[in-house]
Amino acid sequence: MAGRRHPLLWRLAQTIPVIFGVVVISFILTRALPGDPAVQFAGLAATPESIAQVREALGLDKPLIQQFLIYCGALLQGDLGRSVVTGQPVVTDLAMRLPASLELTLTALLLACLVAIPLGLLAAVHQGSWIDQLCRVVVTAGVSLPTFFTGILLIYVFYYLLGWAPSPLGRLDFIYLDPPRVTGFHLIDTLIDGDTETFFGALRQIALPAVTLALFTLAPIARMTRAAMLGALSSDYIRTARAAGLRPSKVLFGYAFRNALLPVVTTLGMVFSFVLGANVLVEKVFAWPGIGSYAVEALVQSDYAAVQGFVLAMALLFVLLNLLIDLSYALIDPRIGFSAK
Amino acid sequence: MLSVKDLIVGFRTRRGAVEAVRGISFDLGPGETLGIVGESGSGKSVTSYALMRILDAGGSINAGEISWNGQDLRRAREGAMRAIRGREISMIFQNPRAALNPIRKIGKQVEDVLLQHGRAERRDAKAKAIAALEAVKIRDAAARYHAYPFELSGGMCQRVVIAIALACNPKLLIADEPTTGLDITTQKAVMDLVRELIRERGMSAIIITHDLGLASQYSDRLAVMKDGEIVESGASATLFAAARHPYTRKLIDATPRPGVAIRELLPAEARGPEPQHSPGRRKLVEVVGLEKTFAGKSGPVQAVKGISFDIREGQSVGLVGESGCGKSTTSAMLVRLLDPSAGAIVFDGSDIAGIPADRFARDSRRGRIQMVFQDATDSLNPRHNAFDAIAEPLRRLGGMSGKRLGVRVDELAHLTGLPGQLLTRYPHQLSGGQKARVGIARAIALDPDFLILDEPTAALDVSIQAVVLNLLADLRARLNMTYLFVSHDLNVVRLLCDHVLVMRDGLIVEAGPSARVMQDPEHPYTRELLAAAPKPPMLDRSTGETVRAAE
Amino acid sequence: MSSPVSSAAASGQIAHIAYVLRENPVTALSFALFGFIVLSALIGPYLVPYDPLATNAARALEAPSAAHWFGTDQLGRDVFSRVIVATRLDLTISVAAVAISFVIGAFLGAVAGYWGGWIDAVLNRILDTIMAFPLFILAMGIVAALGNSVENIIYATAIINIPFYARVVRAEVNIRREAGFALAARLAGNSHARVLAFHIFPNALPPMMVQVSLNMGWAILNAAGLSFIGLGVRPPTPEWGIMVAEGANFIVSGHWWIALFPGLWLMLAVFTFNLMGDGLRDIVDPRRRT
Repeated sequence: MAGRRHPLLWRLAQTIPVIFGVVVISFILTRALPGDPAVQFAGLAATPESIAQVREALGLDKPLIQQFLIYCGALLQGDLGRSVVTGQPVVTDLAMRLPASLELTLTALLLACLVAIPLGLLAAVHQGSWIDQLCRVVVTAGVSLPTFFTGILLIYVFYYLLGWAPSPLGRLDFIYLDPPRVTGFHLIDTLIDGDTETFFGALRQIALPAVTLALFTLAPIARMTRAAMLGALSSDYIRTARAAGLRPSKVLFGYAFRNALLPVVTTLGMVFSFVLGANVLVEKVFAWPGIGSYAVEALVQSDYAAVQGFVLAMALLFVLLNLLIDLSYALIDPRIGFSAK
Repeated sequence: MLSVKDLIVGFRTRRGAVEAVRGISFDLGPGETLGIVGESGSGKSVTSYALMRILDAGGSINAGEISWNGQDLRRAREGAMRAIRGREISMIFQNPRAALNPIRKIGKQVEDVLLQHGRAERRDAKAKAIAALEAVKIRDAAARYHAYPFELSGGMCQRVVIAIALACNPKLLIADEPTTGLDITTQKAVMDLVRELIRERGMSAIIITHDLGLASQYSDRLAVMKDGEIVESGASATLFAAARHPYTRKLIDATPRPGVAIRELLPAEARGPEPQHSPGRRKLVEVVGLEKTFAGKSGPVQAVKGISFDIREGQSVGLVGESGCGKSTTSAMLVRLLDPSAGAIVFDGSDIAGIPADRFARDSRRGRIQMVFQDATDSLNPRHNAFDAIAEPLRRLGGMSGKRLGVRVDELAHLTGLPGQLLTRYPHQLSGGQKARVGIARAIALDPDFLILDEPTAALDVSIQAVVLNLLADLRARLNMTYLFVSHDLNVVRLLCDHVLVMRDGLIVEAGPSARVMQDPEHPYTRELLAAAPKPPMLDRSTGETVRAAE
Repeated sequence: MSSPVSSAAASGQIAHIAYVLRENPVTALSFALFGFIVLSALIGPYLVPYDPLATNAARALEAPSAAHWFGTDQLGRDVFSRVIVATRLDLTISVAAVAISFVIGAFLGAVAGYWGGWIDAVLNRILDTIMAFPLFILAMGIVAALGNSVENIIYATAIINIPFYARVVRAEVNIRREAGFALAARLAGNSHARVLAFHIFPNALPPMMVQVSLNMGWAILNAAGLSFIGLGVRPPTPEWGIMVAEGANFIVSGHWWIALFPGLWLMLAVFTFNLMGDGLRDIVDPRRRT
């Protein structure tokens, strides 16, 4: 077990070049703007003097390497620039709106896993049955569905036609007050506050967007679970376990499923990539006040600092998520550190 | 104890129903060991899976009776079968490392079986598991309890598998090809252990194998299977002397063993004239101080530590060793696919070791040194049919095309006994023996002087192996080639090679004429190898009795 | 003898394609749908009943009818014509993006997978850095940085797709690098480059085919997603993404057809490519031949 500490440190160390690469690309993106970046960053109501000021402030008259170092320096101080729309530092805007996005994403992922993993498992165990066919349909349909389209369809059916869902205008209907901010997650904060009415109000609002996002995420998780279970069930060690007379439940869960989890956990990384992207679309459709809709609004208003701050922040978040996934993988698989990648 | 009558097992495949076992019957008494021998496709493994009722989804027992101590196994409910599996009848398989759960400690895997069959409580499960590991002679069992399969050697993994199988003291052990994937010396250790444990506990056993020698050495009775039927059965000692069925005779003949010449591997009617073979005196290949060091994860690894030998024109030299000894690395260097770290390879007077492997493909001598690969499935491009596979060297190095090319390929197919209409087939449409012929035809296409054969028959059934070995002997006589035959099997090497080199841990520990090395080995390792090889009983021609081959 | 064999191989190939299509009706269906989509893209614009850009305020927001099969949008434009004409643009974007990323990714992956060493290390670094971004968001950033145009949508989609191909090809080439047939090809006098190009790479194709197809579907979704949030294509150009975006405003007032039909067509196209993937693999993989 002692030998495992090194691989974990190694994995942590590997994050550093990745973060560096992310920063480099972000920098390139900021400098790749067509036209004069100073004009962009100075904003819409700029005068020639303020543009010149911005140019000097941004250091755009200095050599590229120096600009990069200034950029890095600013990042280390948590400075992502200033939004021309809100006038606030981008970091502040993002921090304020991040919990909304996280709440949506995590709820959707939880929903997706609760449905997809059992579905994939049952499909693998009962190959050829109706559950297997259902799984296949879900997977094929799921990868074909455009998220924004499903969201709109769901609004049409559940809000316009059936009237079950509330109006898609954000996290809480205006009749409710925001709960006191502890985690930023309405679902948790309302419970902490003991306000069950607002809790259900928040739940009703998050239902449709979370389902939309979950539908999108279902497909890759179900597909991978099914494939991984099929692979595990046809392995030699399962044959040994059966020949030794172990109970089917033990064989299935203790032996097969735990081994199947490994590729599923690996897939989660890729799934996160898609989910974070789909998040942007869902937030736009449902007017959800998260960082995704923030970025979309910023794009429309040519608020470049905000957009690029958003891209960089999402990348760093994603790097962190991948790190957590790799670490949890190492916890499940004792072979990590001994086998080469 | 076990009684099988008229068993028929079938499978549902895409091409309709297939019968894998077509009405076999046998009995097994307490304390008896039965060896079921057959080549691939004979249905021997399927029989054991049917007994344990662990057939794949598409398989079913269509007819017959299986009776275990009076209990009807064929109609027993799944719950009843689970109580029998692992507790009364146990099974061990090939590829031991794959047979263990890779992410679960081996000690826990043993515990699982003990707890399942009520042989232990949570409190004493660990102690009993350690005891089970000690019973299979695993040293330091208490520490090994916490190990994972990837940390253990193949032989150790097989011991763990045996421990799991015997943990609940079953009365019958079924061993399905238990030695495949293991080195010869490890094979002997594992089989000896199994025999000892079976005798100690008064168990019965069924050993399923393709190796006639192994089966006869470790079983009391033998049953020979072919195409789903038992063609012959009897006591191991007498079966060899009194084999009646032609197939049994064919199998016995085809098994390489000391004292027989290569032609005698074939059935009497297929034996042609003895292939003539006279090595010359000129040195064709001279290896001097050959070394190879790889950069491993935990420091440099010396695969080949400085070896030297000669091969004369027309000679056949065998290179024998277990896995990891460096023989494959050596052959890769000799055929110039790999660069040595040091040393010289003098081919026909000039040192070719200095030419980098990357550039040798375009050297004028490329066509004179060729290789026949081990696994024909892997060595044929799945997208090329047989014609293209054989034609490739002719196109690239021989500059042939069109009609001339077609004529030459036909000639090569004829030489290797490959029917012409198979030339348009793809590898997955060819049998093992046919693929081997394609590989050989490709290797001799350019009429090489020096042919390296890297375990060319390792993956073949024994009867096909006999044919291919004879083919190689014929070709050598006809085309006057020089062979380096790399193998782990001394018996096979002896048949084809005049001279043998025994390799271990990157060094040649013994070298000499094969007859001398096999009869009178000097190095202890050679003696160990010879002792470990299974010895099929032979007919002693002078006395008419069956004897085991001389140690 | 070689010419009869190779012409036998050619007709064998066609017979094999017919066999695959016969055996698997789903594959045949997907090929048929693909044909329809390609046809729409090629000759659709000449055959549609109305000019996709022609507005007609008098007939705005009409539900589907005999005159307007898919109804009209808020400016009175015929939705059906716009949907069919949009096929060309969406298909062009995805095909171009996938083609670029396939060529670049396959080349880089093959070279890295075969030669390893520092080439492999550098490539992995680059791929890891691209994959460190959530891909749709990276595309957003690229388009935002380079400028809001259709070409940049193609480049952005291409860039974020390269890692898929590079990784798949690298893995497939790596597995086969030391295979017997690759070594045998060396023994037959092929240089490393020839072995990679003519022996190893063709065997990596079957798994690639599935990837290409899935990626086509994903590229279309990507492009539509980008235009949904206002990047790339500008109104009044008909494109499935912005049509759904425009239609979204009218969903809450019950005018469902403006968003539904472009969305449905989008789904159909992606669905077709996903189904085709398996069929393509069966055709290309020689092991499926009987």
